[in-house]
This record gives sequence, structure tokens and C-alpha cells, in this order.
Amino acid sequence: MTTLTLGKAINEGLRRAMEEDPKVLVMGEDVGKLGGVFRVTDGLQKDFGEDRVIDTPLAESGIIGTAIGLALRGYRPVCEIQFDGFVFPAADQIITQLAKMPLRSLGAVKLPVVVRIPCGGGIGAVEHHSESPEAYFTHTAGLRVMACSNPADAYTMIQDAIRCDDPIIFFEPKRRYWDKAEVDLTAPGLPLDRARTVRHGDDVTLLAYGPMVKTCLAAATAAEGEGRNIEVIDLRSLNPLDMGVITESVQRTGRCVVVHEAPVFSGFGAELAARISERCFYHLEAPVLRVGGFSTPYPPSRLEDHYLPDLDRVLDAVDRAFAY
Amino acid sequence: MTAEAPRGADAPPELIQLLTPEGERVEHPDYDIELTTEEVRSLYRDLVLVRRIDLEAVALQRQGELGLWASLLGQEAAQIGSGRALTDADMAFPTYREHGVAWCRGVDPVKLLGLFRGVNHGGWDPYEHNFHLYTIVIGSQALHAVGYAMGVQRDGADAATIVYFGDGATSQGDVNESFIWASVFNAPVVFFCQNNQWAISEPLEKQTRIPLYKRASGFGFPGIRVDGNDVFACLAVTRKALADARNGQGPTMIEAFTYRMGAHTTSDDPTRYRVADELEAWKLKDPIERVKAYLFKNQLADQEFFDKVDAEADALGKDVRRRCLELPDPGPEALFDHVYGAPHALVDEEREQYFAYLAGFEAGAER
Repeated sequence: MTTLTLGKAINEGLRRAMEEDPKVLVMGEDVGKLGGVFRVTDGLQKDFGEDRVIDTPLAESGIIGTAIGLALRGYRPVCEIQFDGFVFPAADQIITQLAKMPLRSLGAVKLPVVVRIPCGGGIGAVEHHSESPEAYFTHTAGLRVMACSNPADAYTMIQDAIRCDDPIIFFEPKRRYWDKAEVDLTAPGLPLDRARTVRHGDDVTLLAYGPMVKTCLAAATAAEGEGRNIEVIDLRSLNPLDMGVITESVQRTGRCVVVHEAPVFSGFGAELAARISERCFYHLEAPVLRVGGFSTPYPPSRLEDHYLPDLDRVLDAVDRAFAY
Repeated sequence: MTAEAPRGADAPPELIQLLTPEGERVEHPDYDIELTTEEVRSLYRDLVLVRRIDLEAVALQRQGELGLWASLLGQEAAQIGSGRALTDADMAFPTYREHGVAWCRGVDPVKLLGLFRGVNHGGWDPYEHNFHLYTIVIGSQALHAVGYAMGVQRDGADAATIVYFGDGATSQGDVNESFIWASVFNAPVVFFCQNNQWAISEPLEKQTRIPLYKRASGFGFPGIRVDGNDVFACLAVTRKALADARNGQGPTMIEAFTYRMGAHTTSDDPTRYRVADELEAWKLKDPIERVKAYLFKNQLADQEFFDKVDAEADALGKDVRRRCLELPDPGPEALFDHVYGAPHALVDEEREQYFAYLAGFEAGAER
């Protein structure tokens, strides 16, 4: 076991993937000498060279578009989008090309491209540096969407994502980059499309992913003192969704609260709530409740504590679920 | 407005031409080409056959057999000249109008019809003939071509990449980004811009204040303007640019100065936005007529040859028509196939549910 931060765990995962397969490339803005603005690619260019760790011109559509071309030539590019709010210039290439080209070719083309996106708030950043754009991508058929929440998962998930032949949007919780945990560098991870129950409980199910998993675990620990036994599920994969784990849990607990940083309206939680109501209708003691961002643009950082779900807002929703 | 003559009246300056509209050979110090009689006859045959395929496809659309068609009429020389410059190892990235390039690569013309008929979104294997899928979003493929070329570079392969786009696409961010990438990474790519003067209804002046080939110098690589209706010149210029790319000299932009003789697509009505005189002026520069004139004048082909090519074209047209009508409609499973390469729980579940739903109708019919 090795103690790693989440950022370093991804770095180690990238390193392992690059050692394993010479076709794996890392590309993005400042990923070379600087090692990325969060240092996630630190040291990779030094060890693998400028042809495999590519500092690109500053244009996100160009990063994804050329990554598609490299993938067509047999490479496995891992693209870094520097911040969540900067992915939109690349949205056209991701949505109209990356997601659709395999179908367009009737399966002749595989596009094993991973798009890494540091996401979410909580670091006191300026505008466009704290967003949670996952729902734009879960809505796009042809993409797989992953969100890691902890160092051990981050290490295996990034490697499994690179090995997968489908394009993957890979969200990294930027405020958790510095969280440390023990990581077994030899153990295989849970399959990429599986959710994980990270805390068992029988009273209510909390569904979360990325940065909110830690928040939900803290809420569950706090609720323990009040005699509430909360189950927490880390979804890990948003598309496809591991409905088996979710359904089993909610049918058992009868209550569910979904937590994410993105705005609640038309957010990923809406999909979860709808699916749970379809599958767990007769088991539900309360409607599925959602905790998330407001229907406002992400606020200036001095206001972000009001915007971001925290332990108290999660527990408030749990209380409301029990009030039915 | 620039001082250039109206579109079509006169040839613009700095235009590389090896065969005049009257069929006279012109020497050029940098881009001359030696072609055997057989090669010239073969180019003529290509030009005639792709025009015939195109004509048949327009007719199929008019008869309701295709939902849409993007005609290449007038652009045959640009496509055959550049397409015949490619080696087997080179990779071509087309728009949705490169039927002539597809022909040169050996793609069965009927495969081009699938997306216009609505039986698939493309459906050929790009690796089979090194001819990528048609791309409908304007200019997106320019980045794919440059990325592919960066891969070729990393492989150390003796190959180049060519990407096709039109005058309208030069306004797209992706095309400009692809110029930057190609330049910075010295990628082995040729940017082949068919300037057919019109982006649907918008004339070139809506896209640029300077001749398009001059854009290249701002990005740091050579730009060349070629007579896009001159198949000899298109072949010579593209061959040189591809060789430069293979030899590590980086990208070249070629502006093939041509004219879209037909509508943008079969859904378009060009009489609403352009004058008939323009079309008449360009008819005099027809890409096929000048090769025919050259062959005749120099007694390199007789009437029997031309009749034979015409007969072959008619047979090809009939064959394309027959096989278009025979294209099977896809079954509902095609909705779900190939969305992902690896198994995907959601798509699998929806497939199963939809087939159960459909089976319900069959069960009902049996009762």
C-alpha cells in the first residue's frame, strides 16, 4: 500500500498506462514541463518525451479534434481540459464527432479517447473554474461518463478508462486532488461501469459521485449520532449507470437523496430520481429528493459556500425524506 | 471589395494552370507534369464516370430514392486530380461532396449513397481504402486529418494526409485551429480547399477579404492557387504538396479555384442568389471538355474511345441506380448496434425493451 493524493494517484495511473501501451498519449495545455495546472501529469513528459506528452496550442476544439485523428491512427490519447468551464469550445468535437463516429462507421472505427476534466467548486476560483458540466455529456449517446471520488478508485479508473475502446469523459473532483489515502498499486479496481456502496446503512440511501461522495460520507457519520443509519453509494459511472446497486439499496431503505454540485434543475439527479421512481415505486416511503446547485450560474467564490451542498444541506434533505 | 474580376469572367492572378479551357498545354517552371497518353485517357475516363455517378444520384434524389444529394458538378477535375495524386498509404479526409476522391480511392459509389438514402450515417470502413467517412459538420474533419497526420509522423510512416474542405469552411474555428496545429507540429498534411465560390447562398466575399491561398502564409506554411478545373494542374500541385509532406516539409494549403455548377445540395435553389451569366462563363471552363479537346487535338484518342467511355458511364449509372434501389432498409437492431464498442447496460436494456415491445405487435397479429 502506498499513500497517495488523488492527483498523484491519477498521475501514477497515467504513468502505468503509458508504460503498458506505447500508443497511450497525454495531450493538453501545459501538461508537459509544467505538469498541468494541478500537476496531475507531473514528470510524464520528462520520462516519456514530447511526442507522447504533448503540450498543445491553446484551443480546446483542437485538442479533441486532433485526438480523434490520433485515435483513428491507432493511438489512445488522454486529453486534459484544463478546467470544466473551458470544455465548451470542444463541445462540438465531443458531441458531433467523438460520440458519433463509431456508429457512423458501423463499428469499423474505435475512438479510445479519454477526456479528463477537473470539475466542481470549493477552491475559491474565478468564474468558469468551478463548474459541473456532467449532464451535458451524460445526455450524449456514444460517450461514457465517469467520475472518480478517491485516490484508490482514481488510480484504477483512469487506467481502465484508457483501456476501454469507447470515448470517455472522465471527471476529476478538483478540490479533492489533495486528499490522501492508501492505494494498492497492484490490485485491480472494480469494473468501470460499477457503482460502489461506500457505507452501508438501512435508513436512507445517499447517491453521489465525484466531490460529493466525501460530503455524503461526512453527513452519514454525523447522522450516526442521531441514530440514523445512512447508506452512501458512489456511482463512479454516470453513463452507463449501475442501476442494480441503486435499486437494491433504495428498495431496502425506502428513501433516497441524490447529491451533486451541478444545478438541480435538469441535472443528473433528475435522471436518477426518475429511474428510481420507476423501479422502486412501491418501496418508496418518500419522494426521491435532490440536493445540488441553484438555478443560477456558479457564484463568485465568496458565495460558493452557499451554493455548494454541504453536510448540513444533505442532512436537511435526509430530515425532509423522513418527514413523509 | 477587392479589385478582382467578377467570379468566372477571367482567371484570377497567380493561378497555376497546365491545361487551358481550350485544351492547350501550358508549361510551368515549378509544377510541370509528364503524362502518358494512357494516363491522360484514364483521367478523362475518371472525370466522365464520376460526373455520371453524380448525375445518377441527382436523378435518384429527384425520384425520391435519396433524401438529399450534394452534387460535385464542376468540381470533377479538382477531385480527380488531387485524388489520383494520393498513394495507397496516404489518408484522405473528405467533406460530404468528395465523390470523385472516393472514386479514386476505390470506394464503391453505392456506399456513398447510404447516408443520402438514410440507411446509415456513412457505413464504409475508412481503413479499407484509406478514405475517411464523410463529415457533415463543416470543417470538423480538418482537425481529424491533422491529428491523423501527427500519428503518421509518430509512426515514422512514408505517408501523407489530405483534407478536403470548401471556401465556407475556411471561416470555421476548427479549420483555423487545424492550420495552427499542422504548422506548430509540422504535420504531414495537405489542406485541399475547393473554392467553388459559394457556401450555399453566400459568395466568397462573405468569408474572406483576401484570396484564400494567401491565408496559409499567416499560419507559416505555403499556399498555392491552382486552376481547379484543370485536372493536370490539380494532379501536379497535389503530388508535389504530398511529397513535401512525406519528406518532412510540413503542410501545404492548396486552393483549387473552381465553381459549383449545381446547387449546394438538391434542397437548394441557386437561382435565388446567383446570376445565370456566371454559370455560362464557367461552362466555358468545363473540366471535362478541355481534356477531351486536348486528346482530340493531339490525336491521342478517337471517337471510338469517347464512345466507349460514354457507354461505360451509362452502364455505371445503371448499375449504381439498380444497386441503390436494392439497398436494404436497416432493421431496428441497427438503432442500437455500434453506439458503443464495449457492452453498455443502458443501450442493451433499451434494445431488449424495444424488441419486447415490437414482439407484442407480432403476438397480437397472430391472435
